[in-house]
Amino acid sequence: MDPISKFMVDHKIPIGAWGKAFFGFLTDNFDTVFRAFSNGLNFLLDGLVDILLLVPPVLLALVIAAIAWLLQRSRPLAIGVFLGLIFIINQNLWKQTVQTLVLVVAAAAMAMAIGVPLGIWAAHKPKVYRIMLPVLDLMQTLPTFVYLIPVLTLFGLGNAPGLIVTIIFVIPTAVRLTHLGVVSVPKSIVEAGEAFGATKSQLLWKVELPSALPTIMAGLTQSIMLSLSMVVFAALIGAGGLGTEINRALGSRRIDLGLEAGLAIVVLAIVLDRMTRIAVGGKK
Amino acid sequence: MTVAVDFRNVDIVFGADQAGSLAMIDAGATRAEILEKTGNVLGCAGASLTVNEGEISVLMGLSGSGKSTLLRAVNRLNVVSRGQVLVKDGDKTVDVVTCDEVTLRRLRQKQVAMVFQQFGLLPWRTVEENVGLGLELAGVPEAERKERVKKQLELVHLDQWSKKYAHELSGGMQQRVGLARAFATEAPILLMDEPFSALDPLIRTKLQDELLQLQAELKKTIIFVSHDLEEALKIGSHITIMEGGRIVQTGAPEDIVLRPANDYVRDFIANVNPLSVLTAWNVMRDRRDLEHGDNGWVWLDRRKTTRFKIDDHGLVAAAERDGKPAVWVSCADVEGQSEEAAQVFWANPGTSLKTVMLAMHRSQTAPVALFDDQSRFVGAIGIRDVLSAVLRR
Repeated sequence: MDPISKFMVDHKIPIGAWGKAFFGFLTDNFDTVFRAFSNGLNFLLDGLVDILLLVPPVLLALVIAAIAWLLQRSRPLAIGVFLGLIFIINQNLWKQTVQTLVLVVAAAAMAMAIGVPLGIWAAHKPKVYRIMLPVLDLMQTLPTFVYLIPVLTLFGLGNAPGLIVTIIFVIPTAVRLTHLGVVSVPKSIVEAGEAFGATKSQLLWKVELPSALPTIMAGLTQSIMLSLSMVVFAALIGAGGLGTEINRALGSRRIDLGLEAGLAIVVLAIVLDRMTRIAVGGKK
Repeated sequence: MTVAVDFRNVDIVFGADQAGSLAMIDAGATRAEILEKTGNVLGCAGASLTVNEGEISVLMGLSGSGKSTLLRAVNRLNVVSRGQVLVKDGDKTVDVVTCDEVTLRRLRQKQVAMVFQQFGLLPWRTVEENVGLGLELAGVPEAERKERVKKQLELVHLDQWSKKYAHELSGGMQQRVGLARAFATEAPILLMDEPFSALDPLIRTKLQDELLQLQAELKKTIIFVSHDLEEALKIGSHITIMEGGRIVQTGAPEDIVLRPANDYVRDFIANVNPLSVLTAWNVMRDRRDLEHGDNGWVWLDRRKTTRFKIDDHGLVAAAERDGKPAVWVSCADVEGQSEEAAQVFWANPGTSLKTVMLAMHRSQTAPVALFDDQSRFVGAIGIRDVLSAVLRR
């Protein structure tokens, strides 16, 4: 090794050690808080899964198809949704699919609940967005495995850490698309609102949000898709569902099992995507 | 006459260095100099203008002349850097520049409504929901809102379209929705920012006519921004011409056409047809300037072809054309008259120059006499007066 490189390596900045110390500090001092939170969340998610599993699978598939019809008013879509779900039941992956579904819907809902207000804030305050931007980039590009580790140490194994990892991964999309939607509200209609005496909150609710709605809904669809793609990784830290099956298939080189679970995820993705596209193509 | 909006020495600067820019304005710097030195954009400088209640005051200029900037100061869509914008608010006047947010909102909801060039309609709302926007924001209860919206839609002939979405309508209809939305708030002051510029010429003319009709009935105070002089001359009771952020000339339409203040205004009016603006009053020679003969006879023209005998009350006692007695006929009936040599037409001061010229044509270039409301002789128009007005010499 040349002397310059050697010098630099010898004086390595201990980023890893700092990170470890930080998370060590968190676990040492707030372990009970994190664990209690994790347990509560696990209880909620598992409870929801259990309730859904009490319903006969075919009946639940019918209910989901009915929801699809309510959202889209499209008969072919409702039939497609129902057939897709029947396929999953047929593959004997219903339980795992329900677990995944609960995780995905919860993660997407939470990500929207946090991301939309942040996106609106960022759209109104360009300075805030400038600060937010690198954080969002970090959240999206830091390899998923890297933040699985601290989440695992803080929250332990189970659905709760899986949910948290997924939310972290998905929030940036919700923020970005909300920001985009609000920023691109035509100036002329914002001015029309102002000229007729809108308060700040009237402007938000009656002008900005309705105008940004298609983009925000695109953000919801994206959030759901990203959550689904995260499910496989979340299984590594104990989140149940189809991801677990895929990981098991990978570990034991079971092509058949991998194919089945993989297809089930694809079907779920298509079903959720088509169901949530509604608001975009709807009222203009 | 009551003042509805009063601009007093309004300076508007866009940018961070307000104090520096204002100092440069005081030193008489141009927009380009200010931009170079401070990086700020001069919106308008030293603008003073009084708009009376019930009149249509048109702000004219090329794009970038500051006309929209000044207009948008009235409801503070543009923030004024220095000066006052006094707006009539019931019995008192409010300075929009310094008033608090609550007052400003009330003004925007109740006193000052606006119509935009790009319509500014909300595409996800139906026509009636768009028209009701101002009322909704002001918290008017739904039942009353519906009623007022319905009334406005009838006024602009869009009641059939109330359930349609704004984007399903043509441009002209969309701007009628914009008008109805502004009228619905019943605000006495209306700001119109190039409302018809985005429309094709035929629709534009039609909407101008409709606006004038509505105005005759509603008697709003309208500040209207336009870059089209024909439009300004047609609808404006006063015209203000702006250049580079400064007001160049303010006056009645015929003042602008007959007495342009500088070359900029002269260029502006170069292509205007004077016939559409000028009236008999603008071109006549006053009776005191006419050549007087004996026994109360007055020569109407320089060629001495036609003369009137005026009695002590200013009324006409006799008329002669080419030495023979002549009849005098109103210009208003010019279309129905046969071409007789012994006719002399008369007009009112408000008669258009076009009608006067037609009358001259019919009477083989006889001068046209002008009478006031009490039938008193006030002056005459000879062929040379017409030519010099049309040619602007």
